[in-house]
Amino acid sequence: MILTPWDVRKIMGETSRNLEHLIDREYKAGFVTDVEQEIFPPGLSEDIVRQISAKKGEPEFMLEWRLQAYRHWLTMSEPRWAHVNYSPVDYQSISYFSQPKQDKDRPKSLDEVDPRLIETYEKLGIPLREQEMLAGVAVDAVFDSVSIATTYRGKLAELGIIFCSFSEAVREHPELVRKYLGTVVPPGDNFFASLNSAVFSDGSFVYVPPGVRCPMELSTYFRINAANTGQFERTLIIADEGAYVSYLEGCTAPMRDENQLHAAVVELVALDNAQIKYSTVQNWYPGDENGRGGIYNFVTKRGLCRGINSHISWTQVETGSAITWKYPSVVLQGDNAVGEFYSVALVNNYQQADTGTKMSHVGRNTRSTIISKGVSAGHGQNTYRGLVKVLAGAEGARNYTECDSLLFGDRCGAHTFPYIEVKNRAAQVEHEATTSRISDDQLFYCMQRGLSREDAISMIVNGFCKQVFKKLPMEFAVEAQKLLGISLEGAVG
Amino acid sequence: MATSPVTPVEEYQSLLGVLPGQDLAWLRDLRDGALRRFSDRGYPTPRDEAWKYTNIAPLLKQSFIPSFSVEQPHKVLPTDIATSLFADADMPLAVFVDGAFNSALSNLSALPPGVELRSLREVLDHDGASLESLLVGMTPQEPHGFIELNTAFMFDGACVRIAPDTVAERPLHLLYVSSGAGQPVASYLRNLMIAGRGSRAAVIEHYVSLGDAAALCNVATHCMIEPGAALEHYKLNEEGAGAHHFAGLYVEQARDSRYVSHNVAVGGRMIRNDLRCVLAGEGAECVLNGLYLGRGREHIDNQTSVEHRVPHCSSREWYKGVLDGRARGVFSGHVMVRQDAQKTDAQQMNNNLLLSDEAEVDTRPQLEIYADDVKCSHGSTVGQLNPDVLFYLRARGIDEIQARRLLVTAFAQDVVGRMAIAPVREWAERLITARLAR
Repeated sequence: MILTPWDVRKIMGETSRNLEHLIDREYKAGFVTDVEQEIFPPGLSEDIVRQISAKKGEPEFMLEWRLQAYRHWLTMSEPRWAHVNYSPVDYQSISYFSQPKQDKDRPKSLDEVDPRLIETYEKLGIPLREQEMLAGVAVDAVFDSVSIATTYRGKLAELGIIFCSFSEAVREHPELVRKYLGTVVPPGDNFFASLNSAVFSDGSFVYVPPGVRCPMELSTYFRINAANTGQFERTLIIADEGAYVSYLEGCTAPMRDENQLHAAVVELVALDNAQIKYSTVQNWYPGDENGRGGIYNFVTKRGLCRGINSHISWTQVETGSAITWKYPSVVLQGDNAVGEFYSVALVNNYQQADTGTKMSHVGRNTRSTIISKGVSAGHGQNTYRGLVKVLAGAEGARNYTECDSLLFGDRCGAHTFPYIEVKNRAAQVEHEATTSRISDDQLFYCMQRGLSREDAISMIVNGFCKQVFKKLPMEFAVEAQKLLGISLEGAVG
Repeated sequence: MATSPVTPVEEYQSLLGVLPGQDLAWLRDLRDGALRRFSDRGYPTPRDEAWKYTNIAPLLKQSFIPSFSVEQPHKVLPTDIATSLFADADMPLAVFVDGAFNSALSNLSALPPGVELRSLREVLDHDGASLESLLVGMTPQEPHGFIELNTAFMFDGACVRIAPDTVAERPLHLLYVSSGAGQPVASYLRNLMIAGRGSRAAVIEHYVSLGDAAALCNVATHCMIEPGAALEHYKLNEEGAGAHHFAGLYVEQARDSRYVSHNVAVGGRMIRNDLRCVLAGEGAECVLNGLYLGRGREHIDNQTSVEHRVPHCSSREWYKGVLDGRARGVFSGHVMVRQDAQKTDAQQMNNNLLLSDEAEVDTRPQLEIYADDVKCSHGSTVGQLNPDVLFYLRARGIDEIQARRLLVTAFAQDVVGRMAIAPVREWAERLITARLAR
């Protein structure tokens, strides 16, 4: 998001001023389900998969791929090992395809948007134009953004960078899609990834050619047609030899969606000397304060460091969703490859998050760093689950893991379940985890110096998460800090 | 065991008459219930989360007959066990050979006043009613096949009672010998230890074999630590290359009690320890100290779990592993803090040293916390001997074997150093040195 950098003190002042009317989580679905929209009947079958593929005008190989995934999915059962509780999902009651909304169905201006949503945008410091975008105001009303997007796309095209929707990529660059799709997350990888492979609606595709350094942060935000890509998103990012790309997903503004189940797949491929930086801020609807509703976010994200000296880093700030099931992973295949995972996961009310990472060390001298910060409040349950695996050939592999949890209140939970498997003696693996709450001493110290209780807590929490925020692109980091304060409101004091 | 045409269920029916406590209806129910659950669920497989890294399928291909069905039990002489005794002749000793108490080899005359030691078999046969609540009450939370079989087949074991306010000066040495003679046998042992209010005692559970023959030992130990009592519990596994050892240790601690476990595993084809400690009274404290040294094809799996149920308890856990050859070490440390257990102080550390390229370590420290005013941390490391340090020592004229031995001894030193009983400490030090003499 384009934002002027914020002075931290100013942010904190604003956050506390608006404390009482916090982000309202009781909002009804902001988007009406439109009868005129083209929606497939609920249910999943081979026919539906064929129809989705036909609808998108996909080549034969894509259809085959989807069908194989679908047939495999039928043989699988939903994973139950995560530390989360939810009522079972009825996969036959979901509609697997709906056309993007037409402009005429969208609000004509911000005046038609839920004022509470606007209030949150303002708290986050989102400029007016962007607010219109986020609220789904009809595209013609925000032509500024369109022109920005067009300018950016022109610039990227000059460098040979392909950045388009997944459907477009399937049509225009089938050779690339065919070469890389499913090489990182195979269609039979897990229950949700299989489902996604069969029915994915759309998503993003990025290809950075050899030796090119992408000059800007890529974000779906600049891709107007990405709006409403739906619940089964598929992203594929390829950094060819020596390329560099930084990609931003999601945004700090609350996202509403009438679909409860989200099962996205993200695949990253880094070839020799390439680097991919992937940052996510996720703020889907978390359900109301009694835990009703909210998004189920079951995401498979994996990066493959295929080449030597390749580098993939995941940075995530997870504050939304009723249930998060997400393990951005890196397979360190090339020698000297580097994998990184920086995460802040916050749960409040009845949110449940089971998130972490997997680092598989295959190549020699591969290195990985995991920094995970969990904040639990209300009745939230926050779980870090991670795997560090060093295979026999990963001579000189190195891993450092740090998982810290912060607890607010006596009804929430913080859990840490790391798995460490080492088959090489020249590997060095370290894991440490701590759990604590904000101490009264810390609070007293801050309040004694004139900070309000809320500001003090916000400052301490932001300090706790600093290591991760540092890794986010600057504008994102500023918003993420504020978002954390907002998400915790009601939980403190 | 499994592949022999005799299933445990059939075995149970044919051997029922041999098991102790024949006239106790509750015991019969307990055994029947466990067997029924076993026949429903069977042996654990790697699909069970707690058995992810320990595959017992190869073991099930071998057949073991229950030790008590052997008609001519092997005779073990005092000279056979002489090397397994500690350098303290006055230490009270109870010897179990292939899962049955052997009074001829034991020395119970040295038992200090206030300490009672009886064979479980004898208690069940003569005074069984006194054990009802204890045995019925010790069903573990998540029983697996081996525990169920142990309950169904429990034959003998040590029944130790420390009277209130007794301070036992000498530790109690419980020596479990696997003779390895004849057909491979499976021993089913059940130990009960009750540390009375305000008492203080130390017990050494020591498992040895006479040779490297295949054997299976299935043991469950239950410790009840009453208010203000302190128990120091050693579990030393020093069995032969054919030994398979499955142990469950269940500890329940009352108010202001202290339990210290020293768990040393240095021998056997496969060792699996399930250690579960429940802090059920305020002010209770537990220390879990562990050392595992694996070499050859040894497989050592320690699953520990500490449950903080009430406020103001503390737990400390230190487990260290040294893996050589093709050995595999598995560690899982679960710390659970219940919602009411405010002011909990829990720390856990697992360090592993890999000495060879084929050795493997799988470690899984876990924190599950439902209370906010707590201090909890865990850590885990895997690494090799620091080459710079090795070089430093060699540069000063210490040869490589010596230098490695020095470093490994230093690595294990803090675990060994926590053992309060000098003869055991010396035993552990000797063992570490002996195992590194290559």
